[in-house]
Amino acid sequence: MATITTEGVRHVANLARLEFNKEEMEHFTDQLARILGYIGKLNELETDEVPPTSHIHPHQVFIMGSETEASHVAKPDVVKPSYPREELRAREITAVELTESVYARIAEVEPHVKGYLTLTKDLALEQASRADAGFQNGDDMPALAGIPIAIKDVICTKGVRTTCASKILETFVPPYDATVMKKLHAQGIVMIGKTNMDEFAMGSSTENSAYQITHNPWDLDTIPGGSSGGSAAVVSADTAICSLGSDTGGSIRQPAALCGVVGMKPTYGRVSRYGLVAFASSLDQIGPFTKDVTDCALLLNAICGSDTMDATSVDVPVPDFTQSLINDVKGLKIGIPKEYFTPALDSEIAQQVHTATAVLEALGATVEEISLPHTEYAIATYYIIAPAEASANLARYDGVRYGYRNENPEDLIDMYKRTRSEAFGEEVKRRIMIGTFALSAGYQDAYYRKAQKVRTLIKSDFDAAFEKVDVIATPTSPTPAFKIGERTDDPLQMYLSDVMTTPASHAGLPGISVPCGFVKNGLPVGLQLLGAPFAEKKVLRVAYTFEQNTDHHRQKPKIGT
Amino acid sequence: MQYETVIGLEVHVQLHTRSKMFCGCPADYQAAEPNTRTCPVCLGLPGALPVINRRAVEYTVLTGLALNCRIPEFTKFDRKNYPYPDLMKGYQISQYDLPLALDGFLEIDGDTQLGLGRRRIGVERVHLEEDVAKLQHFPQGSYDDRGEGYSLVDVNRSGVPLMEVVSKPDMRSAEEARQYLTLLHSIVQYLGVSTGNMQDGNFRCDANVSIRPVGSQILGTRTEVKNMNSFRAVYQALEYEVVRQREVIEDGGAVVQETRGWIEEREVTVSQRSKEYAHDYRYFPEPDLPPLRIGPERVAELAAELPEFAPQRSARFQADLALSGYDADLLAGSRSMANYFETTLTLRDADAADRAATAKEVANWMLGDLARLLNQDHREIDASPVTPQRLADLLALVADGTLSTSLAKTVLEEMYATGGEPADIVREQGLGQISDTGAIEAAVAEAIAANPKAVADYISGKDTAARFLMGQVMRLTKGQAQPELALRLVQEGLELQKTRGSLEP
Repeated sequence: MATITTEGVRHVANLARLEFNKEEMEHFTDQLARILGYIGKLNELETDEVPPTSHIHPHQVFIMGSETEASHVAKPDVVKPSYPREELRAREITAVELTESVYARIAEVEPHVKGYLTLTKDLALEQASRADAGFQNGDDMPALAGIPIAIKDVICTKGVRTTCASKILETFVPPYDATVMKKLHAQGIVMIGKTNMDEFAMGSSTENSAYQITHNPWDLDTIPGGSSGGSAAVVSADTAICSLGSDTGGSIRQPAALCGVVGMKPTYGRVSRYGLVAFASSLDQIGPFTKDVTDCALLLNAICGSDTMDATSVDVPVPDFTQSLINDVKGLKIGIPKEYFTPALDSEIAQQVHTATAVLEALGATVEEISLPHTEYAIATYYIIAPAEASANLARYDGVRYGYRNENPEDLIDMYKRTRSEAFGEEVKRRIMIGTFALSAGYQDAYYRKAQKVRTLIKSDFDAAFEKVDVIATPTSPTPAFKIGERTDDPLQMYLSDVMTTPASHAGLPGISVPCGFVKNGLPVGLQLLGAPFAEKKVLRVAYTFEQNTDHHRQKPKIGT
Repeated sequence: MQYETVIGLEVHVQLHTRSKMFCGCPADYQAAEPNTRTCPVCLGLPGALPVINRRAVEYTVLTGLALNCRIPEFTKFDRKNYPYPDLMKGYQISQYDLPLALDGFLEIDGDTQLGLGRRRIGVERVHLEEDVAKLQHFPQGSYDDRGEGYSLVDVNRSGVPLMEVVSKPDMRSAEEARQYLTLLHSIVQYLGVSTGNMQDGNFRCDANVSIRPVGSQILGTRTEVKNMNSFRAVYQALEYEVVRQREVIEDGGAVVQETRGWIEEREVTVSQRSKEYAHDYRYFPEPDLPPLRIGPERVAELAAELPEFAPQRSARFQADLALSGYDADLLAGSRSMANYFETTLTLRDADAADRAATAKEVANWMLGDLARLLNQDHREIDASPVTPQRLADLLALVADGTLSTSLAKTVLEEMYATGGEPADIVREQGLGQISDTGAIEAAVAEAIAANPKAVADYISGKDTAARFLMGQVMRLTKGQAQPELALRLVQEGLELQKTRGSLEP
């Protein structure tokens, strides 16, 4: 492994088109040395014979057939007509009232929670009244018609500013809708607004937003988790009925746990990523935050499905997820991986999770201990793969075409550097630096490729486990919500917040976090349930049964009291 | 010291697909107003994702097969990272370690001046990537009111499929590079995978050039020569660069590894200062595109579709039709020329006994008058208003005596100008050959009456006078008299005069 020198860091900064002053340079050198030192633990593993994993669903068969045949793998060579303007669906009068009530609640508690970056009230009321007309006409309305939904500000919304909580996209208004937005609009949803997040979805506390700190509704002094902290907090605070987030290494499941709501990351490839601003393309996945498992199934029904605009979406049938809302776990095998119960796990959380699995056992499930031996390498692997992909994904933010641009550059390269250095936050720069370094000449094998191989090992652990069990149950987060500012000076400590969620991300697995209790100071605890690829139905069934037999999800925070 | 030249070529070929490489935008960027062929994908907007164009993959596999390459079963795309304003995403989607085609060759005639004969030039790989946007620079003081320089970006070209063919460093002179390039160009055109227009940048060539002492197996330091926009430019630039490198070494210097641009007007290569930083492209697998498995069945189908290429076709024209090597090479040079030729020949063959003679006739018309007309308008044969059917019809009118060769040339020009049928033009303009004896006899009588001197010459034994009088008959009939008939009638008329003269005292 490499020795990190200031000179090396300067070289990487040049490649990444970033610049730092002397003080920042020393700071970054020190932090990179610590982070890469931690990542060095990957060398404990022998991986010479292990193939690397660059894609979750490898080697799509490329059948070159008829020109018009649509496929998620490759497109026919046909010129696409510009999109016909999709007619928004309409529905009943109460939709406007429902929407008004959500904005009334926003007026009341949003100043405390600060979950939204942008509110789209005019648009929402328009959508609501259009939907109401449909209900009045007696039209056959879709399941989500008139439902107020909040959208994480990393999903492109046509005509509505999409910032990724970054200064660099402060003025960016997408000219197109993400595929999930088209699907939701086809359902006749009401979009309440865009929610706060860690900048470019990089973080575990939503403190990396360039705009504001979001507060956990259960304790305003604590963070809501991240990176989809805004989407979790607004559902928890009843300032939205449900919301969409994105999960790369736990960014849906962890904030759902910390805010006491339901949050699910579907199997990688289940939901189109078209229009999701990319952080780490081989890991990113959109998913729902809801107040209960039933709403989760309804929202999944609306957003899942392969997409000819996303080659990594997978062409498998989408079941009706509400069919899996069965209050029965008899005969199901639930595995408890021993590696998740380390000394670093908060003892109260361990207690709550054991209680939860005991409940499931009492309801007829078989609970057994399993082993996922490479769990401890998941964070180190994650903090190479995700930053490497991010370093390329964020290269397009250079001030040339959209967003922030430095006003007085000396030349082109100087414009790139000043624009990026001024408009990216510290965590984003840190990850671009790690990723650029991990891919750079001379280091790619030792870091990026090594991490891809360990990813294969982590994935194999799960493959073996799902030979034996139907669902794996773990804590979602090693700790409850922590205090605002508590970990901002220690990136590595912050990264370890994702220790329970990143392993499943590497394997592309579906995972849900459901409320399973509270620690003594009243903060919620989440139970994570993981399934084999595309086995969302089993995960939902266990989650639903647990929910039907407990009442943790009915608890509400008392905001600002 | 004797030096040996070592040249390898990297050729970028824009694929002639309808839509772009990774999105549904039309790929006809050249015909369009700036920035009218764009969408979130080729603009590189946040959140947009690429999807592979099947036809571009097929075209690349076809080319690989034509270049005798191996088509590996697995292939993938990679990201090549470098920042530049013509690159919308800050990386180019390309192929790094698993290209679509590998290890092929092209057979060239070889540089006979170097004593090199027919042999194989290795093709290292053929891979697929996306083209970048076009930048237009307006230097300081040019147009801007404030006197500041600026640059404009036209994104239309961004995402157009680009196939890169990389040769091995097997060429030993500019002449061999020219041969390789010409052959490659003809192959992509024959396959129909590219328009191959060098001026428009559909077919772009960069060259790696080095020299080394004869007998050495170690490669010398190379330079990369760019900005060559025609076959001639490639030849001249390589000739220049080889001499330049030899002079550098003979002056006791060392060749610097660098990129050099060919300056057409000055006929020199000049150093293009390397960028501020050394490149480190940080290639890694494109996570947005799943790796592909190319079905071997489909590869076999494509292999079966390969056409007969120029060298084989020329050889066949020479062997079967007795055409000269020169004519055969010209006709086989492009697939459209060769197809035009063979179609015309087939249409003529219906009532032509001698295939070789007909072939020669069609070749002469195509390479002569028709080529001249097309060249005047810079038109390709595909765009000729004279179709193979019309040319065949015209030649049929010559064969049956309706038109003389010279009249046929007039008709061809009219056909080219109006796109008309030859029979219609002959009828409308009264151009048909006169083979009516009575009509010609009148002209013969007039010519004989008007030229007593020529008649006297004939009688006194000058046979050439008959030719003169026949010319007069052609003039009087506006060239429409059938020449053999006219000559016979003139001779008959003169013989009559001779008889009369001898009878008279």
